[in-house]
Amino acid sequence: MNMQDIILNLQSFWSKQGCVLAQPYDVETGAGTMNPMTFLRSLGPEPWNVAYVEPSRRPADGRYGENPNRVYQHHQFQVIMKPSPDNIQEVYLESLKALGINPLEHDIRFVEDNWENPAMGAAGLGWEVWLDGMEVTQFTYFQQVGGLEADPVSVELTYGLERLASYIQDKENIYELTWVDGVTYGDIFKQPEYEHSKYTFEISDADKLFRWFEQYEEEAKRAIEESLVFPAYDYVLKCSHTFNLLDARGAISVTERPGYLGRVRGLARRCAKLYVEQRERLGFPMLKEGGEENA
Amino acid sequence: MPNRDWLLEIGVEEMPARFVPDSLTQLEEKMLHWLDENHIAHGVAETFATPRRLTIRVRDVVEGQADVEEEVRGPAKRIAVGADGGWSKAAVGFARKQGLTTADLVLEEYKGETYVFARRHVKGRATVELLKEGVPEVLSALTFPKSMRWGNRRLRFIRPVRWLVGLFGEEVVPFTWAGVTADKVTRGHRFLGAEATIPVAEQYEDILKEQAVVVDIEARRADIRSQLARLEKEKGWQIPIDGDLLEEVTHLVEFPTALSGSFDEAYLELPASVLITTMREHQRYFPVEDANGKLLPFFITVRNGDECSLGKVAKGNEKVLSARLADARFFFEEDQKLSIEKAVEKLNNVIFFEGLGTIGDHVHRIRALAETLADRLELEDGERKTLLRAADICKFDISTYMVNEFPELSGVMGQVYAKQAGESEDVAEAIEEHYYPRFANDRSPKGSAGTLISLLDKLDGVVAAFSLGIQPTGSQDPYSLRRRAAGVIQILADSTWKSLTLSTLFDLALDQLTEDGWLKRPADEVKDELTAFFDLRLKALLQEEGIRYDIIDALLTGESTTPSLMLDKARVLVREVEKDEFKQVVEGFSRAANLADKGEPGLTINRDLLEAWAERELLATIGNAGEAFTKAEARQDAQGMYDEISKLAPVIHRFFDDVLVMDENVANRNNRLALLQQIDALVSRFALFKKIVFAS
Repeated sequence: MNMQDIILNLQSFWSKQGCVLAQPYDVETGAGTMNPMTFLRSLGPEPWNVAYVEPSRRPADGRYGENPNRVYQHHQFQVIMKPSPDNIQEVYLESLKALGINPLEHDIRFVEDNWENPAMGAAGLGWEVWLDGMEVTQFTYFQQVGGLEADPVSVELTYGLERLASYIQDKENIYELTWVDGVTYGDIFKQPEYEHSKYTFEISDADKLFRWFEQYEEEAKRAIEESLVFPAYDYVLKCSHTFNLLDARGAISVTERPGYLGRVRGLARRCAKLYVEQRERLGFPMLKEGGEENA
Repeated sequence: MPNRDWLLEIGVEEMPARFVPDSLTQLEEKMLHWLDENHIAHGVAETFATPRRLTIRVRDVVEGQADVEEEVRGPAKRIAVGADGGWSKAAVGFARKQGLTTADLVLEEYKGETYVFARRHVKGRATVELLKEGVPEVLSALTFPKSMRWGNRRLRFIRPVRWLVGLFGEEVVPFTWAGVTADKVTRGHRFLGAEATIPVAEQYEDILKEQAVVVDIEARRADIRSQLARLEKEKGWQIPIDGDLLEEVTHLVEFPTALSGSFDEAYLELPASVLITTMREHQRYFPVEDANGKLLPFFITVRNGDECSLGKVAKGNEKVLSARLADARFFFEEDQKLSIEKAVEKLNNVIFFEGLGTIGDHVHRIRALAETLADRLELEDGERKTLLRAADICKFDISTYMVNEFPELSGVMGQVYAKQAGESEDVAEAIEEHYYPRFANDRSPKGSAGTLISLLDKLDGVVAAFSLGIQPTGSQDPYSLRRRAAGVIQILADSTWKSLTLSTLFDLALDQLTEDGWLKRPADEVKDELTAFFDLRLKALLQEEGIRYDIIDALLTGESTTPSLMLDKARVLVREVEKDEFKQVVEGFSRAANLADKGEPGLTINRDLLEAWAERELLATIGNAGEAFTKAEARQDAQGMYDEISKLAPVIHRFFDDVLVMDENVANRNNRLALLQQIDALVSRFALFKKIVFAS
């Protein structure tokens, strides 16, 4: 099964489970969790089910396109269901069947893994799902998002698409994965991997990045003052990505690191709080239709 | 009606393996406690667990509570009985309130006064009814180190609860908890089984077995063991069984099938500890050895399933392991490029404690303290050189890729890399050993350099944390300060350096922090906190040695002593309490101590006032015993110390027989009290004997 079909199958599967099929976000994110479709929408009492692919940038993992498993940008297939359905594990296992994985022929395990993203004030409990010893999905019940208690609790499923595909296609090197007939993963991503790695580690300008961080932070605060949560949050994402670039460049010392993370977390918390307030002001519109069945 | 078995199964999403044993213990304790509290007689309890279920079955539970006679105390007789001898209004009202009549009232004495009591016969309720109400409380009372919420529920539990079985014999107890109502339907293995009805509590294991779940923990463990043994025999391998890994794997599967896989022989060039850690910690595999204990390029994994497509499962696992080993080799090769000096320098970029600088600063303090101790202990040149070199580089491997990836290999990698870089065997060994003891009952370091660095590493860690006001509270000890302190005490107890008291070590460590400009609070304040904290650890050490609590109390005097001497003293006292004459000794010392307290502190002895022979004898004996005691103390000879003070006992008794201490003459009285104060001061240097308890 090529990567495109893996994505199409997952989309069609989760669409049938009632998920909104959203698109990748247009601001740099380090993980599908940071897309506002997850970070903001998992807050507050309104029910919310969504699925999307998220190209996720981790500058420090850039390897100039030379490492068979580590990349600057990988792809996550992200699912959020709020509140978490009672049969979510069974539904998830069905989704593996949709990818041609017959559980009877494999060893599938739920291995304890407690997830935490300190920069976003988010934490959850759950597992990494092992397929014959390989972690293919992060399965998390959010307990806290943006410093706020998750209530109701959302469940987050994050499939690592490259890993899943390299298992399904039996490839050792992700650049050899088939994206679609005649086109490999390497055809699409090898050059950007090289260039982003080179930029991150050699070309990026720390002074500029520091300046941008300050400016994005300022702009996020200004938008928060104006109660504009979505624009504010975009600038929080910008801050986070800029921090990641600086960190990968080795421009932030260990003593400064907690300070920068704290600044991002502070902004993320304010956005989270503001989002819930805004939704409340609007009367939690999405609660009206689906509210009763969840009561 | 005959008794029935009570079966309770909590069906959950996969629990973390490490929490299963304690959760089961709690379930058993709390369920049985509830039954007892409700006067429901029962037989023994059995427990079962898999990753998806916690189960208890209590045998022979009675049908209902026994009837009980209940008594409620009402007003006192003088109020309850009127002048005419009949029941007063108050008594009638009391009876009514209890739902009874005055015919049910009796008079009884209670704490010296007569009261009216209402007697009521309470009919026992049916067990089924009580369980339905009580079990939710029992389940809600379970606690976990980490718990969570899910869906719309407020309840916290270890993982989401998905089904419940509550079966009293054949009868369902339909209690509701966590949004689920109990029934008699359990769930089998995720892939090999299905839902199944349990007709009667006794058939629990059999029903689950049909659904591919081995629900008995010991049966599952034994099954895994025998499968490993079979593989050993079949392939001619040795599969060393690590108890912790076996325990974890047992709690990761419902239906175990062991299978083997292989990896590229070329990886065997990596240090064995790297291979073993990769397999064991990251993948939960059992490593494989040949008859000589040499690693072979194979591994065993225990699958949660049957024999179907074992080849496919093995192949998938091989792929994962080979990617991990490729990473490990990359790290190993990269690490060779980093010099030890450069690695040490990088420690200046790793935070030690927030607010207390870096690991580099910590190492600097260890090194400075090592130098001080080398002088104090008069180490010879070679030993001293090894110590200082090892102190300088003891943490360098923290800067390596390998330790970054596998923190549990710190020390081990340091030893390997140091040897490769041409450091001496002793230095390399000290680097590895300075992490010992890593947990309770772990061994102490063997070499002197490793021992001293381990001591200083742990000491500085605790002192530094305390200087910031960081202290463990309850179950919270994020910096493992208790473990570090216990390590310090263990090392001192096992060591041959008899002159290192905790008090001296605190002073040295605090001085060093001050010198380096890190100490932000008054040193004596921090020292008091440290003393109290270490006293608790000392107490734990003595308790582990099986020392009686009263002897422990007698020894924790606040006097600064070395842990090894304290242990020796404890052993002396343990021997002495068995002897008949010990009681006499203790009585003498205790009497002296009690009287000594009556005098003004710091009285002095006036020789000229000593009239009686017994007084003069006592003074002479104290002088001699004191000198000999001090010598024995310098030798750290606990038995010698005790022998010296025990010689005082008969003299003390003669003194009490012949002399009246509380004389009317103030000068005489004070003089005798001064004598007793001197005795007490000497004896207390060994122990506070009045804390020792004799069975009457």
